[in-house]
Amino acid sequence: MGLLRTKRSVLPGFGLTLGFSVAYLCLLILIPLAGLFVKSASLTAAEFLAAVGSPRALAAYRLSFGASFAAAAANAVFGLVVAWVLVRYRFPGSGALDALVDLPFALPTAVAGITLTTLLAKNGWLGRYLEPFGIPVAYTPLGITIALIFIGLPFVVRTVQPVLQDLEPELEEAAASLGANRFETFRRVLFPTLWPALVTGFALAFARSLGEYGSVVFISGNMPMKTEIAPLLIVTQLEQYEYGAATAIAAVLLVLSFAMLLGINALQRYGTRRFAGAGEEPA
Amino acid sequence: MTSASAGRDWTLADVPPPPRTASAVADPPWVRGLLIGVALLFLGLFLLLPLVTVFGQAFSKGIGVYLDAITDPMALAAMRLTLLVAAISVPVNAVFGVAAAWAIAKFEFRGKSLLITAIDLPFAVSPVVSGLIFVLLFGAQGLLGPWLTLHGVKIIFAIPGIVIATTFITFPFVAHELIPLMQEQGTEEEEAAVSLGASGFQIFRRVTLPNISLGLLYGIVLLNARAMGEFGAVSVVSGHIRGQTNTMPLHVEILYNEYQGAAAFAVASLLALLAVVTLVVKRVLEWRMGRASRAL
Repeated sequence: MGLLRTKRSVLPGFGLTLGFSVAYLCLLILIPLAGLFVKSASLTAAEFLAAVGSPRALAAYRLSFGASFAAAAANAVFGLVVAWVLVRYRFPGSGALDALVDLPFALPTAVAGITLTTLLAKNGWLGRYLEPFGIPVAYTPLGITIALIFIGLPFVVRTVQPVLQDLEPELEEAAASLGANRFETFRRVLFPTLWPALVTGFALAFARSLGEYGSVVFISGNMPMKTEIAPLLIVTQLEQYEYGAATAIAAVLLVLSFAMLLGINALQRYGTRRFAGAGEEPA
Repeated sequence: MTSASAGRDWTLADVPPPPRTASAVADPPWVRGLLIGVALLFLGLFLLLPLVTVFGQAFSKGIGVYLDAITDPMALAAMRLTLLVAAISVPVNAVFGVAAAWAIAKFEFRGKSLLITAIDLPFAVSPVVSGLIFVLLFGAQGLLGPWLTLHGVKIIFAIPGIVIATTFITFPFVAHELIPLMQEQGTEEEEAAVSLGASGFQIFRRVTLPNISLGLLYGIVLLNARAMGEFGAVSVVSGHIRGQTNTMPLHVEILYNEYQGAAAFAVASLLALLAVVTLVVKRVLEWRMGRASRAL
Protein backbone atom coordinates (compact mmCIF):
# COMPACT_ATOMS: atom_id res chain seq x y z
CA MET A 1 0.00 0.00 0.00
CA GLY A 2 2.83 2.38 0.84
CA LEU A 3 3.96 2.26 -2.78
CA LEU A 4 0.66 3.78 -3.88
CA ARG A 5 0.97 6.85 -1.66
CA THR A 6 1.92 10.02 -3.45
CA LYS A 7 1.94 12.26 -0.38
CA ARG A 8 2.88 11.53 3.21
CA SER A 9 0.22 11.86 5.88
CA VAL A 10 0.25 11.53 9.66
CA LEU A 11 -3.24 10.04 9.72
CA PRO A 12 -3.56 6.32 10.43
CA GLY A 13 -5.65 3.68 8.72
CA PHE A 14 -4.68 4.08 5.07
CA GLY A 15 -3.66 0.45 4.54
CA LEU A 16 -6.61 -0.94 6.47
CA THR A 17 -9.35 1.16 4.85
CA LEU A 18 -7.98 1.05 1.31
CA GLY A 19 -7.22 -2.67 1.57
CA PHE A 20 -10.70 -3.45 2.84
CA SER A 21 -12.40 -1.22 0.26
CA VAL A 22 -10.50 -2.65 -2.68
CA ALA A 23 -10.92 -6.26 -1.50
CA TYR A 24 -14.66 -5.78 -1.01
CA LEU A 25 -14.98 -3.97 -4.35
CA CYS A 26 -13.18 -6.83 -6.13
CA LEU A 27 -15.13 -9.63 -4.44
CA LEU A 28 -18.61 -8.17 -4.72
CA ILE A 29 -18.44 -6.03 -7.87
CA LEU A 30 -15.44 -6.54 -10.15
CA ILE A 31 -15.06 -10.33 -10.10
CA PRO A 32 -18.79 -11.03 -10.62
CA LEU A 33 -18.89 -8.49 -13.48
CA ALA A 34 -15.76 -10.05 -15.00
CA GLY A 35 -17.54 -13.41 -14.78
CA LEU A 36 -20.10 -12.12 -17.26
CA PHE A 37 -17.39 -11.40 -19.80
CA VAL A 38 -15.66 -14.74 -19.12
CA LYS A 39 -18.96 -16.47 -19.79
CA SER A 40 -19.60 -14.54 -23.01
CA ALA A 41 -16.03 -15.28 -24.13
CA SER A 42 -16.85 -18.99 -23.82
CA LEU A 43 -19.43 -18.59 -26.58
CA THR A 44 -18.24 -18.94 -30.16
CA ALA A 45 -18.43 -15.84 -32.34
CA ALA A 46 -21.32 -17.40 -34.25
CA GLU A 47 -23.26 -18.16 -31.07
CA PHE A 48 -22.64 -14.65 -29.74
CA LEU A 49 -23.75 -12.98 -32.97
CA ALA A 50 -26.78 -15.24 -33.24
CA ALA A 51 -27.85 -14.14 -29.75
CA VAL A 52 -27.24 -10.39 -30.02
CA GLY A 53 -28.10 -10.11 -33.72
CA SER A 54 -31.36 -12.07 -33.81
CA PRO A 55 -34.35 -10.05 -35.03
CA ARG A 56 -35.92 -10.38 -31.58
CA ALA A 57 -32.80 -9.03 -29.83
CA LEU A 58 -32.42 -6.20 -32.35
CA ALA A 59 -36.07 -5.25 -31.86
CA ALA A 60 -35.53 -5.24 -28.08
CA TYR A 61 -32.44 -2.99 -28.34
CA ARG A 62 -34.27 -0.68 -30.72
CA LEU A 63 -37.23 -0.38 -28.36
CA SER A 64 -35.03 0.12 -25.29
CA PHE A 65 -33.01 2.81 -27.05
CA GLY A 66 -35.97 4.56 -28.65
CA ALA A 67 -38.15 4.62 -25.55
CA SER A 68 -35.23 5.64 -23.29
CA PHE A 69 -34.25 8.43 -25.69
CA ALA A 70 -37.81 9.73 -25.96
CA ALA A 71 -38.26 9.59 -22.18
CA ALA A 72 -34.96 11.34 -21.49
CA ALA A 73 -35.80 14.02 -24.07
CA ALA A 74 -39.20 14.63 -22.45
CA ASN A 75 -37.47 14.85 -19.08
CA ALA A 76 -34.93 17.33 -20.44
CA VAL A 77 -37.73 19.68 -21.51
CA PHE A 78 -40.05 19.29 -18.52
CA GLY A 79 -37.17 18.87 -16.06
CA LEU A 80 -35.77 22.23 -17.12
CA VAL A 81 -39.18 23.85 -16.63
CA VAL A 82 -39.61 22.18 -13.22
CA ALA A 83 -36.11 23.18 -12.09
CA TRP A 84 -36.72 26.76 -13.24
CA VAL A 85 -40.06 26.97 -11.43
CA LEU A 86 -38.69 25.45 -8.21
CA VAL A 87 -35.66 27.77 -8.12
CA ARG A 88 -37.15 31.04 -9.39
CA TYR A 89 -40.75 31.12 -8.14
CA ARG A 90 -42.18 30.74 -4.66
CA PHE A 91 -45.78 29.59 -4.36
CA PRO A 92 -47.77 27.65 -1.77
CA GLY A 93 -46.62 24.04 -1.76
CA SER A 94 -43.44 24.62 -3.75
CA GLY A 95 -41.32 23.17 -0.93
CA ALA A 96 -43.36 19.96 -0.76
CA LEU A 97 -43.29 19.72 -4.55
CA ASP A 98 -39.50 20.02 -4.49
CA ALA A 99 -39.24 17.12 -2.02
CA LEU A 100 -41.67 15.06 -4.13
CA VAL A 101 -39.34 15.23 -7.15
CA ASP A 102 -37.21 12.46 -5.61
CA LEU A 103 -40.19 10.07 -5.34
CA PRO A 104 -39.01 7.91 -8.28
CA PHE A 105 -35.74 7.27 -6.40
CA ALA A 106 -37.55 6.24 -3.25
CA LEU A 107 -40.57 4.35 -4.60
CA PRO A 108 -39.80 0.70 -5.39
CA THR A 109 -39.96 0.18 -9.15
CA ALA A 110 -42.50 -2.65 -8.90
CA VAL A 111 -44.89 -0.32 -7.07
CA ALA A 112 -44.40 2.32 -9.77
CA GLY A 113 -45.01 -0.34 -12.41
CA ILE A 114 -48.32 -1.66 -11.13
CA THR A 115 -49.53 1.88 -10.32
CA LEU A 116 -48.82 3.31 -13.76
CA THR A 117 -50.37 0.25 -15.40
CA THR A 118 -53.51 0.61 -13.27
CA LEU A 119 -53.76 4.32 -14.08
CA LEU A 120 -53.24 3.90 -17.81
CA ALA A 121 -55.16 0.68 -18.47
CA LYS A 122 -58.35 0.98 -20.56
CA ASN A 123 -60.55 1.37 -17.49
CA GLY A 124 -57.95 3.23 -15.42
CA TRP A 125 -58.28 6.77 -14.07
CA LEU A 126 -56.22 8.16 -16.94
CA GLY A 127 -56.55 5.43 -19.57
CA ARG A 128 -60.33 5.81 -19.82
CA TYR A 129 -59.91 9.40 -21.03
CA LEU A 130 -57.28 8.45 -23.60
CA GLU A 131 -59.12 5.41 -24.94
CA PRO A 132 -61.87 7.40 -26.77
CA PHE A 133 -59.14 9.29 -28.67
CA GLY A 134 -57.72 5.98 -29.88
CA ILE A 135 -54.58 6.34 -27.75
CA PRO A 136 -54.00 3.02 -26.03
CA VAL A 137 -51.14 3.50 -23.56
CA ALA A 138 -50.85 0.37 -21.45
CA TYR A 139 -49.11 -2.50 -23.26
CA THR A 140 -47.68 -0.21 -25.97
CA PRO A 141 -44.30 1.51 -26.52
CA LEU A 142 -45.99 4.74 -25.37
CA GLY A 143 -46.70 3.11 -21.99
CA ILE A 144 -43.07 2.02 -21.74
CA THR A 145 -41.95 5.57 -22.46
CA ILE A 146 -44.26 6.95 -19.77
CA ALA A 147 -42.83 4.53 -17.19
CA LEU A 148 -39.32 5.61 -18.19
CA ILE A 149 -40.25 9.30 -17.90
CA PHE A 150 -41.32 8.55 -14.32
CA ILE A 151 -38.06 6.72 -13.56
CA GLY A 152 -35.82 9.39 -15.08
CA LEU A 153 -37.75 12.41 -13.81
CA PRO A 154 -35.45 13.43 -10.91
CA PHE A 155 -32.19 13.40 -12.88
CA VAL A 156 -32.59 16.51 -15.06
CA VAL A 157 -34.28 18.48 -12.28
CA ARG A 158 -31.55 17.66 -9.76
CA THR A 159 -28.64 18.36 -12.09
CA VAL A 160 -30.03 21.67 -13.43
CA GLN A 161 -31.36 22.96 -10.08
CA PRO A 162 -27.99 23.63 -8.35
CA VAL A 163 -26.59 25.38 -11.43
CA LEU A 164 -29.66 27.63 -11.61
CA GLN A 165 -29.39 28.34 -7.89
CA ASP A 166 -25.76 29.42 -8.16
CA LEU A 167 -26.32 31.71 -11.14
CA GLU A 168 -25.41 35.29 -10.33
CA PRO A 169 -28.35 37.68 -10.91
CA GLU A 170 -25.79 40.26 -12.08
CA LEU A 171 -25.39 38.33 -15.33
CA GLU A 172 -29.04 38.73 -16.19
CA GLU A 173 -29.09 42.34 -15.04
CA ALA A 174 -26.11 43.09 -17.26
CA ALA A 175 -27.85 41.45 -20.19
CA ALA A 176 -31.00 43.46 -19.50
CA SER A 177 -29.07 46.70 -19.16
CA LEU A 178 -27.48 46.01 -22.54
CA GLY A 179 -30.93 45.81 -24.04
CA ALA A 180 -31.60 42.07 -24.21
CA ASN A 181 -35.16 40.96 -23.60
CA ARG A 182 -35.91 37.96 -21.35
CA PHE A 183 -35.89 35.44 -24.16
CA GLU A 184 -32.59 36.71 -25.54
CA THR A 185 -31.13 36.67 -22.03
CA PHE A 186 -32.20 33.07 -21.59
CA ARG A 187 -30.90 31.98 -24.98
CA ARG A 188 -27.58 33.83 -24.99
CA VAL A 189 -26.71 34.14 -21.27
CA LEU A 190 -28.49 31.47 -19.22
CA PHE A 191 -28.66 28.55 -21.62
CA PRO A 192 -24.89 28.45 -22.34
CA THR A 193 -24.33 28.03 -18.58
CA LEU A 194 -27.13 25.50 -18.16
CA TRP A 195 -26.56 23.15 -21.04
CA PRO A 196 -23.75 20.98 -19.57
CA ALA A 197 -26.00 20.22 -16.59
CA LEU A 198 -28.95 19.65 -18.89
CA VAL A 199 -27.01 17.19 -21.05
CA THR A 200 -25.66 15.43 -17.94
CA GLY A 201 -29.19 15.05 -16.59
CA PHE A 202 -30.39 13.78 -19.96
CA ALA A 203 -27.55 11.21 -20.08
CA LEU A 204 -28.20 10.05 -16.50
CA ALA A 205 -31.90 9.59 -17.21
CA PHE A 206 -31.13 7.81 -20.48
CA ALA A 207 -28.60 5.45 -18.85
CA ARG A 208 -30.99 4.63 -16.03
CA SER A 209 -33.83 3.98 -18.49
CA LEU A 210 -31.78 1.62 -20.66
CA GLY A 211 -31.48 -0.92 -17.85
CA GLU A 212 -34.82 -0.32 -16.15
CA TYR A 213 -36.96 -3.38 -15.54
CA GLY A 214 -39.38 -3.21 -12.61
CA SER A 215 -41.47 -0.23 -13.64
CA VAL A 216 -41.63 -1.28 -17.30
CA VAL A 217 -42.36 -4.99 -17.06
CA PHE A 218 -45.97 -4.47 -15.91
CA ILE A 219 -46.97 -1.80 -18.41
CA SER A 220 -45.18 -3.21 -21.45
CA GLY A 221 -47.29 -6.32 -22.03
CA ASN A 222 -44.05 -8.11 -22.97
CA MET A 223 -44.84 -9.07 -26.55
CA PRO A 224 -41.71 -10.26 -28.39
CA MET A 225 -40.72 -7.95 -31.29
CA LYS A 226 -43.30 -5.38 -30.14
CA THR A 227 -43.05 -4.39 -26.48
CA GLU A 228 -40.13 -6.45 -25.20
CA ILE A 229 -37.30 -4.31 -23.81
CA ALA A 230 -33.71 -5.60 -23.64
CA PRO A 231 -33.62 -6.30 -19.86
CA LEU A 232 -36.85 -8.28 -20.18
CA LEU A 233 -35.40 -10.33 -23.04
CA ILE A 234 -32.50 -11.25 -20.73
CA VAL A 235 -34.96 -12.48 -18.10
CA THR A 236 -36.96 -14.43 -20.70
CA GLN A 237 -33.83 -16.16 -22.01
CA LEU A 238 -32.78 -17.01 -18.45
CA GLU A 239 -36.16 -18.53 -17.68
CA GLN A 240 -35.74 -20.76 -20.73
CA TYR A 241 -32.27 -21.76 -19.47
CA GLU A 242 -30.65 -20.02 -22.48
CA TYR A 243 -27.74 -18.83 -20.32
CA GLY A 244 -25.48 -18.18 -23.32
CA ALA A 245 -27.96 -15.92 -25.10
CA ALA A 246 -28.89 -14.11 -21.88
CA THR A 247 -25.19 -13.47 -21.17
CA ALA A 248 -24.44 -12.19 -24.67
CA ILE A 249 -27.36 -9.74 -24.61
CA ALA A 250 -26.38 -8.65 -21.10
CA ALA A 251 -22.75 -8.12 -22.15
CA VAL A 252 -23.81 -5.74 -24.92
CA LEU A 253 -26.08 -3.85 -22.52
CA LEU A 254 -23.29 -3.68 -19.92
CA VAL A 255 -20.70 -2.33 -22.37
CA LEU A 256 -23.17 0.36 -23.48
CA SER A 257 -23.89 1.29 -19.85
CA PHE A 258 -20.20 1.56 -19.00
CA ALA A 259 -19.56 3.73 -22.05
CA MET A 260 -22.39 5.99 -20.87
CA LEU A 261 -20.95 6.11 -17.33
CA LEU A 262 -17.56 7.22 -18.66
CA GLY A 263 -19.20 9.77 -20.93
CA ILE A 264 -21.26 11.17 -18.04
CA ASN A 265 -18.16 11.42 -15.83
CA ALA A 266 -16.35 13.35 -18.56
CA LEU A 267 -19.38 15.62 -18.98
CA GLN A 268 -19.60 16.32 -15.27
CA ARG A 269 -15.90 17.18 -15.11
CA TYR A 270 -16.33 19.46 -18.12
CA GLY A 271 -19.39 21.12 -16.55
CA THR A 272 -17.65 21.63 -13.19
CA ARG A 273 -14.54 23.05 -14.85
CA ARG A 274 -16.57 25.46 -16.96
CA PHE A 275 -18.61 26.49 -14.01
CA ALA A 276 -15.85 26.75 -11.40
CA GLY A 277 -13.75 28.87 -13.75
CA ALA A 278 -9.97 28.94 -13.98
CA GLY A 279 -7.88 28.67 -10.82
CA GLU A 280 -10.47 26.87 -8.72
CA GLU A 281 -10.20 23.16 -8.14
CA PRO A 282 -13.42 21.38 -9.15
CA ALA A 283 -14.98 19.61 -6.18
CA MET B 1 -11.88 32.83 -2.03
CA THR B 2 -9.89 34.53 -4.72
CA SER B 3 -6.98 36.84 -3.97
CA ALA B 4 -9.01 39.95 -4.83
CA SER B 5 -11.12 39.61 -1.69
CA ALA B 6 -8.20 38.91 0.64
CA GLY B 7 -7.21 42.52 1.31
CA ARG B 8 -10.55 43.99 2.30
CA ASP B 9 -12.44 43.63 5.57
CA TRP B 10 -15.90 43.42 4.02
CA THR B 11 -17.44 40.81 1.80
CA LEU B 12 -19.88 41.10 -1.04
CA ALA B 13 -22.58 39.82 1.27
CA ASP B 14 -22.35 43.06 3.30
CA VAL B 15 -23.09 45.24 0.31
CA PRO B 16 -26.81 46.07 0.09
CA PRO B 17 -28.27 44.72 -3.16
CA PRO B 18 -28.92 47.40 -5.74
CA PRO B 19 -32.60 48.24 -6.15
CA ARG B 20 -33.95 45.91 -8.79
CA THR B 21 -36.00 47.09 -11.68
CA ALA B 22 -38.48 44.28 -11.52
CA SER B 23 -39.30 44.29 -15.22
CA ALA B 24 -35.69 43.86 -16.38
CA VAL B 25 -34.83 40.53 -14.75
CA ALA B 26 -38.21 39.16 -13.66
CA ASP B 27 -40.20 37.00 -16.05
CA PRO B 28 -43.45 38.53 -17.35
CA PRO B 29 -46.50 37.28 -15.39
CA TRP B 30 -47.84 35.24 -18.30
CA VAL B 31 -44.51 33.38 -18.64
CA ARG B 32 -44.44 32.76 -14.91
CA GLY B 33 -48.02 31.50 -14.91
CA LEU B 34 -47.43 29.29 -17.93
CA LEU B 35 -44.25 27.72 -16.52
CA ILE B 36 -45.80 27.09 -13.09
CA GLY B 37 -48.82 25.58 -14.81
CA VAL B 38 -46.71 23.24 -16.95
CA ALA B 39 -44.57 22.20 -13.97
CA LEU B 40 -47.61 21.56 -11.75
CA LEU B 41 -49.38 19.57 -14.45
CA PHE B 42 -46.27 17.48 -15.17
CA LEU B 43 -45.47 16.75 -11.52
CA GLY B 44 -49.13 16.24 -10.70
CA LEU B 45 -49.63 13.66 -13.44
CA PHE B 46 -46.32 11.86 -13.03
CA LEU B 47 -45.74 11.99 -9.26
CA LEU B 48 -48.75 13.01 -7.21
CA LEU B 49 -51.39 11.03 -9.09
CA PRO B 50 -49.44 7.72 -8.91
CA LEU B 51 -48.75 8.24 -5.20
CA VAL B 52 -52.44 8.89 -4.49
CA THR B 53 -53.40 5.94 -6.68
CA VAL B 54 -51.35 3.49 -4.60
CA PHE B 55 -53.30 4.34 -1.46
CA GLY B 56 -56.61 4.70 -3.29
CA GLN B 57 -56.29 1.24 -4.82
CA ALA B 58 -55.07 -0.24 -1.54
CA PHE B 59 -58.28 0.73 0.25
CA SER B 60 -60.58 0.26 -2.77
CA LYS B 61 -62.06 -2.98 -1.36
CA GLY B 62 -62.31 -1.65 2.16
CA ILE B 63 -60.18 -1.72 5.24
CA GLY B 64 -60.92 -5.40 5.91
CA VAL B 65 -59.33 -6.56 2.65
CA TYR B 66 -56.43 -4.20 3.34
CA LEU B 67 -55.78 -5.63 6.80
CA ASP B 68 -56.16 -9.20 5.54
CA ALA B 69 -53.63 -8.54 2.78
CA ILE B 70 -50.96 -7.11 5.06
CA THR B 71 -51.45 -9.71 7.81
CA ASP B 72 -51.52 -12.68 5.43
CA PRO B 73 -48.81 -15.19 6.48
CA MET B 74 -47.14 -14.97 3.06
CA ALA B 75 -47.09 -11.16 3.26
CA LEU B 76 -45.63 -11.33 6.76
CA ALA B 77 -42.97 -13.77 5.55
CA ALA B 78 -42.13 -11.35 2.71
CA MET B 79 -41.84 -8.46 5.17
CA ARG B 80 -39.55 -10.51 7.41
CA LEU B 81 -37.32 -11.40 4.47
CA THR B 82 -37.18 -7.79 3.25
CA LEU B 83 -36.19 -6.64 6.74
CA LEU B 84 -33.58 -9.40 6.99
CA VAL B 85 -32.03 -8.49 3.63
CA ALA B 86 -31.88 -4.80 4.57
CA ALA B 87 -30.48 -5.67 8.02
CA ILE B 88 -27.50 -7.33 6.31
CA SER B 89 -26.82 -5.20 3.24
CA VAL B 90 -27.30 -1.80 4.94
CA PRO B 91 -24.62 -2.16 7.68
CA VAL B 92 -22.17 -3.97 5.39
CA ASN B 93 -22.33 -1.25 2.74
CA ALA B 94 -22.31 1.51 5.36
CA VAL B 95 -19.04 0.16 6.80
CA PHE B 96 -17.61 -0.11 3.30
CA GLY B 97 -18.72 3.44 2.47
CA VAL B 98 -17.02 4.89 5.55
CA ALA B 99 -13.80 2.91 4.92
CA ALA B 100 -13.66 3.84 1.23
CA ALA B 101 -14.39 7.51 1.95
CA TRP B 102 -11.67 7.58 4.66
CA ALA B 103 -9.04 6.18 2.28
CA ILE B 104 -10.11 8.37 -0.65
CA ALA B 105 -10.73 11.64 1.18
CA LYS B 106 -7.90 11.63 3.70
CA PHE B 107 -5.00 10.33 1.58
CA GLU B 108 -3.38 10.96 -1.78
CA PHE B 109 -2.61 7.83 -3.79
CA ARG B 110 -2.27 6.59 -7.34
CA GLY B 111 -5.40 5.26 -9.00
CA LYS B 112 -7.78 7.27 -6.82
CA SER B 113 -10.04 8.53 -9.60
CA LEU B 114 -10.17 5.02 -11.05
CA LEU B 115 -11.31 3.71 -7.67
CA ILE B 116 -14.01 6.40 -7.43
CA THR B 117 -15.32 5.45 -10.88
CA ALA B 118 -15.24 1.73 -10.01
CA ILE B 119 -17.28 2.35 -6.85
CA ASP B 120 -20.06 3.90 -8.95
CA LEU B 121 -20.18 0.94 -11.37
CA PRO B 122 -23.30 -0.71 -9.86
CA PHE B 123 -25.28 2.48 -10.59
CA ALA B 124 -24.62 1.87 -14.28
CA VAL B 125 -25.54 -1.83 -14.31
CA SER B 126 -29.10 -2.85 -15.16
CA PRO B 127 -30.77 -4.53 -12.15
CA VAL B 128 -31.45 -7.56 -14.33
CA VAL B 129 -27.77 -7.85 -15.26
CA SER B 130 -26.86 -7.47 -11.56
CA GLY B 131 -28.92 -10.55 -10.84
CA LEU B 132 -27.65 -12.42 -13.88
CA ILE B 133 -23.95 -12.12 -12.93
CA PHE B 134 -24.62 -13.96 -9.67
CA VAL B 135 -26.64 -16.65 -11.45
CA LEU B 136 -23.62 -17.13 -13.74
CA LEU B 137 -21.32 -17.41 -10.69
CA PHE B 138 -23.38 -19.39 -8.20
CA GLY B 139 -26.18 -20.99 -10.25
CA ALA B 140 -26.35 -24.73 -10.94
CA GLN B 141 -24.82 -24.08 -14.40
CA GLY B 142 -22.49 -21.39 -13.06
CA LEU B 143 -18.74 -21.26 -12.56
CA LEU B 144 -18.91 -22.25 -8.88
CA GLY B 145 -22.19 -24.15 -9.23
CA PRO B 146 -20.81 -27.72 -9.24
CA TRP B 147 -18.63 -27.06 -6.18
CA LEU B 148 -21.54 -25.46 -4.29
CA THR B 149 -23.86 -28.35 -5.15
CA LEU B 150 -21.26 -30.84 -3.96
CA HIS B 151 -21.03 -29.08 -0.61
CA GLY B 152 -24.77 -28.60 -0.28
CA VAL B 153 -24.64 -24.79 -0.35
CA LYS B 154 -27.58 -23.09 -2.02
CA ILE B 155 -27.14 -19.44 -3.01
CA ILE B 156 -29.25 -18.90 -6.11
CA PHE B 157 -33.02 -19.33 -5.60
CA ALA B 158 -32.28 -18.97 -1.88
CA ILE B 159 -31.86 -16.19 0.66
CA PRO B 160 -28.05 -15.77 0.29
CA GLY B 161 -28.50 -14.92 -3.40
CA ILE B 162 -31.09 -12.26 -2.57
CA VAL B 163 -28.78 -10.74 0.04
CA ILE B 164 -25.78 -10.73 -2.33
CA ALA B 165 -27.71 -9.21 -5.25
CA THR B 166 -29.20 -6.51 -3.01
CA THR B 167 -25.78 -5.73 -1.54
CA PHE B 168 -24.39 -5.38 -5.08
CA ILE B 169 -27.16 -2.99 -6.12
CA THR B 170 -26.83 -0.81 -3.01
CA PHE B 171 -23.02 -0.93 -2.86
CA PRO B 172 -22.22 2.71 -3.86
CA PHE B 173 -24.83 4.65 -1.85
CA VAL B 174 -22.92 5.55 1.34
CA ALA B 175 -19.51 5.89 -0.34
CA HIS B 176 -21.04 8.12 -3.03
CA GLU B 177 -22.44 10.37 -0.32
CA LEU B 178 -19.41 10.46 2.01
CA ILE B 179 -16.51 10.84 -0.46
CA PRO B 180 -17.31 14.41 -1.57
CA LEU B 181 -18.38 15.38 1.96
CA MET B 182 -15.14 14.17 3.57
CA GLN B 183 -13.00 15.60 0.76
CA GLU B 184 -14.57 18.96 1.44
CA GLN B 185 -13.85 18.70 5.17
CA GLY B 186 -10.13 18.09 4.60
CA THR B 187 -7.73 16.61 7.13
CA GLU B 188 -6.82 19.48 9.48
CA GLU B 189 -9.06 18.40 12.36
CA GLU B 190 -7.85 14.81 12.25
CA GLU B 191 -4.23 15.96 12.06
CA ALA B 192 -4.77 18.14 15.11
CA ALA B 193 -6.16 15.10 16.93
CA VAL B 194 -3.07 13.07 15.97
CA SER B 195 -0.79 15.80 17.30
CA LEU B 196 -2.70 15.68 20.59
CA GLY B 197 -1.99 11.95 20.80
CA ALA B 198 -5.34 10.45 19.82
CA SER B 199 -5.40 6.89 18.51
CA GLY B 200 -6.85 6.05 15.11
CA PHE B 201 -10.13 4.81 16.54
CA GLN B 202 -10.41 7.81 18.87
CA ILE B 203 -9.90 10.17 15.93
CA PHE B 204 -12.62 8.47 13.96
CA ARG B 205 -15.12 8.30 16.80
CA ARG B 206 -14.55 11.74 18.34
CA VAL B 207 -13.56 13.88 15.35
CA THR B 208 -14.59 12.36 12.02
CA LEU B 209 -17.86 10.65 12.94
CA PRO B 210 -19.51 13.76 14.44
CA ASN B 211 -18.57 15.66 11.27
CA ILE B 212 -20.02 13.10 8.89
CA SER B 213 -22.95 11.77 10.94
CA LEU B 214 -25.66 13.59 8.96
CA GLY B 215 -24.16 12.62 5.62
CA LEU B 216 -23.76 9.04 6.77
CA LEU B 217 -27.38 8.92 7.89
CA TYR B 218 -28.43 10.42 4.55
CA GLY B 219 -26.59 7.71 2.65
CA ILE B 220 -28.03 4.99 4.91
CA VAL B 221 -31.61 6.23 4.42
CA LEU B 222 -31.27 6.10 0.63
CA LEU B 223 -29.44 2.77 0.79
CA ASN B 224 -32.18 1.30 2.94
CA ALA B 225 -34.96 2.49 0.63
CA ARG B 226 -33.25 0.84 -2.33
CA ALA B 227 -32.43 -2.35 -0.41
CA MET B 228 -36.05 -2.81 0.65
CA GLY B 229 -37.48 -1.88 -2.74
CA GLU B 230 -35.14 -3.64 -5.16
CA PHE B 231 -37.05 -5.70 -7.69
CA GLY B 232 -35.17 -6.57 -10.88
CA ALA B 233 -31.98 -8.06 -9.44
CA VAL B 234 -33.82 -9.89 -6.67
CA SER B 235 -36.41 -11.24 -9.09
CA VAL B 236 -33.66 -12.91 -11.18
CA VAL B 237 -31.99 -14.68 -8.24
CA SER B 238 -34.97 -15.38 -5.98
CA GLY B 239 -36.82 -18.25 -7.64
CA HIS B 240 -40.09 -16.80 -6.27
CA ILE B 241 -40.70 -19.48 -3.65
CA ARG B 242 -43.65 -18.24 -1.67
CA GLY B 243 -43.06 -17.78 2.05
CA GLN B 244 -39.36 -18.49 1.56
CA THR B 245 -37.66 -16.37 -1.10
CA ASN B 246 -40.29 -13.72 -1.74
CA THR B 247 -39.42 -10.18 -0.74
CA MET B 248 -42.12 -7.52 -0.47
CA PRO B 249 -41.74 -6.20 -4.03
CA LEU B 250 -41.87 -9.78 -5.37
CA HIS B 251 -44.95 -10.47 -3.27
CA VAL B 252 -46.59 -7.38 -4.80
CA GLU B 253 -45.83 -8.75 -8.27
CA ILE B 254 -47.33 -12.18 -7.50
CA LEU B 255 -50.53 -10.71 -6.05
CA TYR B 256 -50.87 -8.34 -8.99
CA ASN B 257 -50.38 -11.10 -11.55
CA GLU B 258 -53.02 -13.18 -9.75
CA TYR B 259 -55.51 -10.32 -10.22
CA GLN B 260 -55.58 -9.61 -6.48
CA GLY B 261 -55.22 -5.90 -7.21
CA ALA B 262 -56.39 -4.55 -3.86
CA ALA B 263 -54.12 -6.94 -1.96
CA ALA B 264 -51.16 -6.10 -4.22
CA PHE B 265 -51.70 -2.38 -3.62
CA ALA B 266 -52.15 -2.96 0.11
CA VAL B 267 -48.64 -4.43 0.34
CA ALA B 268 -47.42 -1.81 -2.14
CA SER B 269 -48.85 0.93 0.10
CA LEU B 270 -46.43 -0.12 2.85
CA LEU B 271 -43.55 0.30 0.39
CA ALA B 272 -44.98 3.64 -0.73
CA LEU B 273 -45.17 4.69 2.92
CA LEU B 274 -41.50 3.78 3.27
CA ALA B 275 -40.79 5.95 0.22
CA VAL B 276 -42.66 8.92 1.71
CA VAL B 277 -40.85 8.55 5.04
CA THR B 278 -37.55 8.33 3.12
CA LEU B 279 -38.33 11.57 1.27
CA VAL B 280 -39.24 13.38 4.48
CA VAL B 281 -36.11 12.23 6.34
CA LYS B 282 -34.01 13.06 3.26
CA ARG B 283 -35.44 16.55 3.14
CA VAL B 284 -34.91 17.13 6.89
CA LEU B 285 -31.28 15.97 6.60
CA GLU B 286 -30.69 18.19 3.55
CA TRP B 287 -32.13 21.11 5.45
CA ARG B 288 -29.90 20.43 8.47
CA MET B 289 -26.84 20.04 6.27
CA GLY B 290 -27.81 23.28 4.55
CA ARG B 291 -27.67 22.07 1.02
CA ALA B 292 -29.87 21.49 -1.98
CA SER B 293 -31.33 18.19 -3.10
CA ARG B 294 -29.34 16.34 -5.64
CA ALA B 295 -29.58 13.29 -7.78
CA LEU B 296 -27.51 10.21 -7.15
